[in-house]
Amino acid sequence: MKNTAYIAFIILFILLSGCNKGVKPIPGNTSSPHISTIENIGSDTLVNLALAWAEEYHKLHPNVEISVTGGGSGTGIAALINGTVDIANASREIKPEEIQQAVINGINPEEFIVAKDAIAVIVNPNNPVDQLTIKQLSDIYSGKINNWNEVGGTDSSIVRLSRETNSGTHVFFLDNVIRMRIPGDKTLFAADTLLLPSSEIITAETSDNPNAIGYDGLGYVTPDVKVIAIAPDSTSAYILPSAVSVNKGQYPIARDLYMYTNGKPTGSISDYLSWIMTPEAQGIVTQLGFVPINNP
Amino acid sequence: MKGTTKSIEFLLNWIIKISGYSAIIFVILIFYFLLRAGLPTIGEVSIRNLLSVRWYPIEDYFGLLPLIGGSLIVTIGAALFAIPIGLCTAIYISEVASRRAREILKPLVEALGGIPSVILGFLGILILAPYLRKLLDLPTGLSALTGSILLATIALPTIVSVAEDALDSVPRSYRDGALALGATEWQTIWRVTLPAARSGVLTAIMLGIGRVIGETMAVMMVTGNAAVLPIGLKSLFHPVRTMTATIAAEMGEVAKNSTHYHVLFFIGLILFIISLGINIAASSTMFKQRKRTERILS
Repeated sequence: MKNTAYIAFIILFILLSGCNKGVKPIPGNTSSPHISTIENIGSDTLVNLALAWAEEYHKLHPNVEISVTGGGSGTGIAALINGTVDIANASREIKPEEIQQAVINGINPEEFIVAKDAIAVIVNPNNPVDQLTIKQLSDIYSGKINNWNEVGGTDSSIVRLSRETNSGTHVFFLDNVIRMRIPGDKTLFAADTLLLPSSEIITAETSDNPNAIGYDGLGYVTPDVKVIAIAPDSTSAYILPSAVSVNKGQYPIARDLYMYTNGKPTGSISDYLSWIMTPEAQGIVTQLGFVPINNP
Repeated sequence: MKGTTKSIEFLLNWIIKISGYSAIIFVILIFYFLLRAGLPTIGEVSIRNLLSVRWYPIEDYFGLLPLIGGSLIVTIGAALFAIPIGLCTAIYISEVASRRAREILKPLVEALGGIPSVILGFLGILILAPYLRKLLDLPTGLSALTGSILLATIALPTIVSVAEDALDSVPRSYRDGALALGATEWQTIWRVTLPAARSGVLTAIMLGIGRVIGETMAVMMVTGNAAVLPIGLKSLFHPVRTMTATIAAEMGEVAKNSTHYHVLFFIGLILFIISLGINIAASSTMFKQRKRTERILS
């Protein structure tokens, strides 16, 4: 009898210890008066660019350390909402319901456009198809077109590749390509679309499999896949993605890339964000295959 | 002096006792937290939605059937590969191999169990998936079959070492008796040794399957993660999305206490119940077996 009472007490004790809400550490530039740390989490599309910026900035300002982590735009914004990050990277705009949740948690997301990106549609180099319209892309990804011969290719089934649903690129592609920006359109990705956990796996599968079609940020395109020229409709010209065609507004699947902070940034975070807007930092954008902002 | 010894004794006794019970406490705690985070699903998502065949959580489609089906077909596929190969390996190591071969094979099989699943997944993407696509002329090599083969390699070490222990513990006299009655070596293995070790072998299979159904990283990398309801064995050659891969891929993104968050915990709850069921089945077969032997001996 006595034994059971003891055990019950111990179980109760452990259960209760789980009820502790826990005090969240305040993130950001508080670690020491001299060295400040900036936590930067989010979009996998932006992660290489953010890393390059962080390294360059650390060279210029050795007392500022910036740690960059990927995971997807949704992951970054969720971290911002939960107050565990200084800067969230996103390849899509923050959604109204995310702003609502942030406000409930006492966070006011502040938006910065830091670069532009084109989404390249890629296929295997052996695939004879080299141009598609947005409508054809939409029909392919929603499952209406299932064979390459319907769009001028060989008689083989189409294998659709996509990023996971936590990817900003996924959401952007859904709204701007599959739903063709039609408000209220409820078309979805075909259920048999392969949702792959990273851009690298999409590139690997596309370069290996002649049936595959995938999409990815222009910065991720490697020479062993073929980029498809895209036309907004069948009467317009087919355009390949590039810095020039994006800045001229010709390439139809381009987007802004964002960083979000909690409220107006101060101190080292503010300095870092202003540096990102300088021509020097925007030069890195071009090197990595993205499109710089404030470019003529 | 005597008092101190007694109290140290008392303390040690309790530490050991608590450690012994801690496993139960952990299981209860895990179950409790899964229930707390998963059960709100029932109120937030209609049963009709949960039983639909479309999984697209960012637009509130929460059909669980493709995910459950995906896990099942990958597990069945892995079992089809792992059980025959595992049992044959165990029989070879325990009954046939020379002492020397045995001393080399046993540690090697156990080393296979030490390979991190992410490395197997990596090899799966780069080598196995392209190879299977060309060999079987599939649209894509990222399929349930590729996942099954990788999972079979993960389950093999468990099945082999547990089954081998079970075969090893069959008394020498059983084999000697069978051989003395004129049975061939194969007849001895198949009719005497294997049936005598049946409960241990069943446990080995159950533990192997338990290992398979919970595996995440390798399946997430090679099964393609398309949430299609698998119908029949033909689906083995198509992409599937498992429950574990879904939780791993989506947990990082969800806002705490959102419907999506609750549904992911609900999936965790289903997984927990399935593996609990497998373990209970494993131990009950062992128990039944023991009772029968006791009956015969008495």
